[in-house]
Amino acid sequence: MSDALLRQILSYSLAAPVIFPLLGAMAGAITVAPRARRVVSFTTLLLTLGYVLLLMRVVFGGGALVLQLGNWAAPYGISFVADGLSVLMLLMSCVVGLAVLLYSYADADEEIERFAFHPLLLVQLMGVHGAFLAGDIFNLYVWFEVLLTASFGLLCVGSSRAQLQAGIPYLVMNLMSSTMFLIACGLLYGLAGTLNIAQLAERLATLPAPGASTVLAMLFLLGYAIKAGTFPLFSWLPVSYHTPPVAVTALFSALMTKVGVYALIRIFPLVFPDDLVVLQPLIFWAAGLTMLVGVLGALAQYNVRRLLAFHIISQVGYLLMGFAVGTAAAIAATALFIVHVSLTKAALFMIGGVAERDFGTPDLRRMGGLVHSRPGISVLFGLAALALAGIPPLSGFVAKLTITQATMAEGHYVIALVGLGVSLLTLLSMLKIWNEAFWKSPPTRNIPKQHDHAHGQTHDLDDQDGPEAHSPPRHVRGHSHPRLAPLLVTPIVLLVGATVLIGLFGEPLARAALQAGHEATDVPAYVQLVLGPSAAGGLR
Amino acid sequence: MSLFLAIAVGFLFATATYLLLRRTVVRLIIGLSLLAHAVNLLIFAMSRTDLRAGVPAFVGQVPPEAMTDPLPQALILTAIVISFGITAFLLALAVRSGQAAQSDDMDLMSPPPPDEH
Repeated sequence: MSDALLRQILSYSLAAPVIFPLLGAMAGAITVAPRARRVVSFTTLLLTLGYVLLLMRVVFGGGALVLQLGNWAAPYGISFVADGLSVLMLLMSCVVGLAVLLYSYADADEEIERFAFHPLLLVQLMGVHGAFLAGDIFNLYVWFEVLLTASFGLLCVGSSRAQLQAGIPYLVMNLMSSTMFLIACGLLYGLAGTLNIAQLAERLATLPAPGASTVLAMLFLLGYAIKAGTFPLFSWLPVSYHTPPVAVTALFSALMTKVGVYALIRIFPLVFPDDLVVLQPLIFWAAGLTMLVGVLGALAQYNVRRLLAFHIISQVGYLLMGFAVGTAAAIAATALFIVHVSLTKAALFMIGGVAERDFGTPDLRRMGGLVHSRPGISVLFGLAALALAGIPPLSGFVAKLTITQATMAEGHYVIALVGLGVSLLTLLSMLKIWNEAFWKSPPTRNIPKQHDHAHGQTHDLDDQDGPEAHSPPRHVRGHSHPRLAPLLVTPIVLLVGATVLIGLFGEPLARAALQAGHEATDVPAYVQLVLGPSAAGGLR
Repeated sequence: MSLFLAIAVGFLFATATYLLLRRTVVRLIIGLSLLAHAVNLLIFAMSRTDLRAGVPAFVGQVPPEAMTDPLPQALILTAIVISFGITAFLLALAVRSGQAAQSDDMDLMSPPPPDEH
């Protein structure tokens, strides 16, 4: 097949990453047999991944694709735009979705699957893909609502008391953020008379009242900052993310906050480039505090899920830093960082889930000895943890290096140094998991739980003094847990493998990200792409 | 008309904010729906044509200059459907979690600190 024909076909079928999951969710919703449901979801995601890989080849080979839905001309109809940034994000979400699905086969129990876990997962991916492709701000809002609604369902899958109680703050905060987004959409329409991103980019540049657009930029920033979980507005995240099943948390950690950041790096460089400069100091403060507060929160936790949830916040700080710098190189680095951090965090949550299965508790103090009982998982954890901290030659190194370089290139040394310092703290908090769950000898089971409560810290010391002294040595070296289901390990290997590959052979991905960064910051090219060559001629 | 809308929107926002800060979950939900109404009216006020013209935008029957701006209406319709669905979910969640906590007080319903149990 010729390349031109392939481009044509792909540009007409650009809605496929949205439609495949939708069809899969519908098929899954009417399928009763759990096994058939699993097959349907898996096939759907595999097809979507295949499509996105094809899309990736075409977009990075020959430029971005646009679909005008229903053949309505650009500012009037709904546009789907697949440029480098969108395609990179699509690839990330497909890979994570597939990994989470595989993990859920082995981890989720039957009851959870009866709670429509599979259809909800697919609807969430549909919303995420729609948000990545949307070329219109109101359309972006609708996709956000789709993915949020699915996430409300996923958060409550299983309906434990903790989940229901965490659901309310999660839901209310996300609703507030959507409302702010909607207010901003309405005011933006009143100001510019359009909601198409390309046309907005064109019109806002020539607005007589520049102050008004700064107010709107601030409203958008506030709305997305809640969704992304940045410094003063992240409180909903640590109270809710540890309650659902591990597969759901892994999915949320990889996608939810990142969609918020994606919306920022999609809209601001195109629509509010001048306001981004105005708001830059504010965003730098928010970014630095997000990194610091997140990692300090993580250091204080003993619940492995909560610890990792605080890490999500900390990593969003880096993304915010790249976003605030706003140059093509910085946007590219942010995109690369999103890919890296999504894969790594999902893997870490899954490993945390494996440890939790072994010990029956997410409490790190009651874990131990995994380095002997699960050497394979220990290696995987080591790699993922070092990747998150940014140690070469793993993906985190490439991501942190590029994002720091892009920040320093613009002369923002302070925030870059904060980022580097936070890396050390990240390593420290990863060492905490390593020491508690993997390295120390396993806790003796005959210590009553009450004792554990009263002396949280001293309990660790007791253990290191030698559990053999006052209990039979059945948990020491050589003790092994039951064999893990292969489906539980496969996705972790897949994600960590991707992390290592990005670190070792990151060149193509880095080049793709750079192209994506240039496309995402080039206003005239984007306008011409979406509105056609005639419109770009009118751009002053 | 614009002044009247502005006052109505402001009043709705104020009421919604007050209700959102209450501790009972039912008031919280009423506050959120009022917030949705406030935003809908705000979008309506953003119409690019005179709001009093009031001629529906039927292509071919009305000259384009006389049409009311149909886009905000479409946006509001979408927003209404979304807020309707989410309010229904929120109500169900509030009932379930209220049953679990035996209270509708947000402080009692909020999740317990997870580690120190």
